[in-house]
Amino acid sequence: MPISPDELLEITLRTLFVSGVATMLGSLIGIPLGSLLAMTRFKGRRLAKTVLYTFYGFPPVVAGLVIFYILSGNGPLARLDLLFSVWAMILAELILVIPLVAGITLSSVTDVDRSILDTAKALGAGARQLRATALREARSGVMTGIMVAFGGAVSEVGAAMLVGGNIQYQTRVLTTAIVVETRNGNFEYAGALGAILLLISFGIYYLLGYFQERGPK
Amino acid sequence: MTPLLELEKLTRRYGDVVALAGASLNVDRGEIVGLLGPSGAGKTTLLRMAGFLEAPTSGRVVFDGQTARADKKESLVLRRRMAMILQKPVVFIGSVMRNATYGLRVRGYPDGQARGLVAPLLEELGLSGMADRPASTLSGGEVQRLAFARATVLRPELLLLDEFTANLDPANIGVLEKAVRKYRDGGGTVMMVTHNIAQGKRLADRVCLLLGGRIVEAGPSEKFFESPETEKGRAFLNGSMVW
Repeated sequence: MPISPDELLEITLRTLFVSGVATMLGSLIGIPLGSLLAMTRFKGRRLAKTVLYTFYGFPPVVAGLVIFYILSGNGPLARLDLLFSVWAMILAELILVIPLVAGITLSSVTDVDRSILDTAKALGAGARQLRATALREARSGVMTGIMVAFGGAVSEVGAAMLVGGNIQYQTRVLTTAIVVETRNGNFEYAGALGAILLLISFGIYYLLGYFQERGPK
Repeated sequence: MTPLLELEKLTRRYGDVVALAGASLNVDRGEIVGLLGPSGAGKTTLLRMAGFLEAPTSGRVVFDGQTARADKKESLVLRRRMAMILQKPVVFIGSVMRNATYGLRVRGYPDGQARGLVAPLLEELGLSGMADRPASTLSGGEVQRLAFARATVLRPELLLLDEFTANLDPANIGVLEKAVRKYRDGGGTVMMVTHNIAQGKRLADRVCLLLGGRIVEAGPSEKFFESPETEKGRAFLNGSMVW
């Protein structure tokens, strides 16, 4: 028996919640991290950048495994009892999202014209204000980072399955629902879920693209 | 009276290249000092050090009796008492007004107050009708005028100008030179780099000729342009290549 309309709505909203919160938290951490790495000179900076870029290729299922270990019975955060909840899924997606946002922010801020920063400095900007100015100038690239991160989060399946458990009415999201429907032989239904996933992505990207093109006043 | 700015034996090396080789110069309050010299003489490097944008390899910059290194946090307090217009002024993303109020906003001025302070300057520089336009749509001359408004609205004690009228038409040059004089007449001090000998004559009270990272001649503008003391000074004014 395929998913009911009510369940479909619930799964769609959960998908939006998990990937939206992961992208938001990932951006809140990744954007300052990327701009700090771009604009601060310190020992080990190159190593830090390489580690960050390495995480671009971090397999989602391994991210899920890490979070699974941390939250499971013997893990350091077992007390929180988050395993097989949406928060465990968000944590796993954060591991994937933060490097993407931070890395793309890092390269966008690094590309900001040097004379823009010199001008800001010459007009009295302090270190934090310089970083804010650089981010504003690099906003198009930063928005791209957020878009890529959302894409990674919303399409994620391996980690979501592992730490979420794909529990009906609790942790099932569109991608894991597609897996279930395919296994049950409901290919058309799985295809329809895929189309919904694409529609969500289209809507979100349309909105983000609008802000990217509009530019600050 | 203590000079407003004291540049003491400034040296700057970039690897094996020596951009400045022990340049010393004082700038008094209320004067316009012109830095002259061919390309690569070290004028811009000297100006950037005076503005605490770049730290010297050796030597020190003293502003109003206080010193700081450009690469240290403490230099911000001194940097905020001056303003610099770079050789190729750039605009930030956003409107003309947002650009013009940048320095005020980083100093914590509320938006409304900053707009009020900038408005008369934009008017004076012929930019008032463009306040809400994206700054990226301005012409070269308009960008230079905006850069001037953006810097002088801060009422800096020292204004550093790097080729501030380069590539401009005579009308724009006239507007900006008039604004520099007005700023100086209001008690401001100016140190400016120029390739334009005629401009140096028109504006500077005192000039310094830099060659190969060294100040080879410095003195009152009138005297320098009429009878330079050094052979290199004479050659420079005659338009010969000097190194």
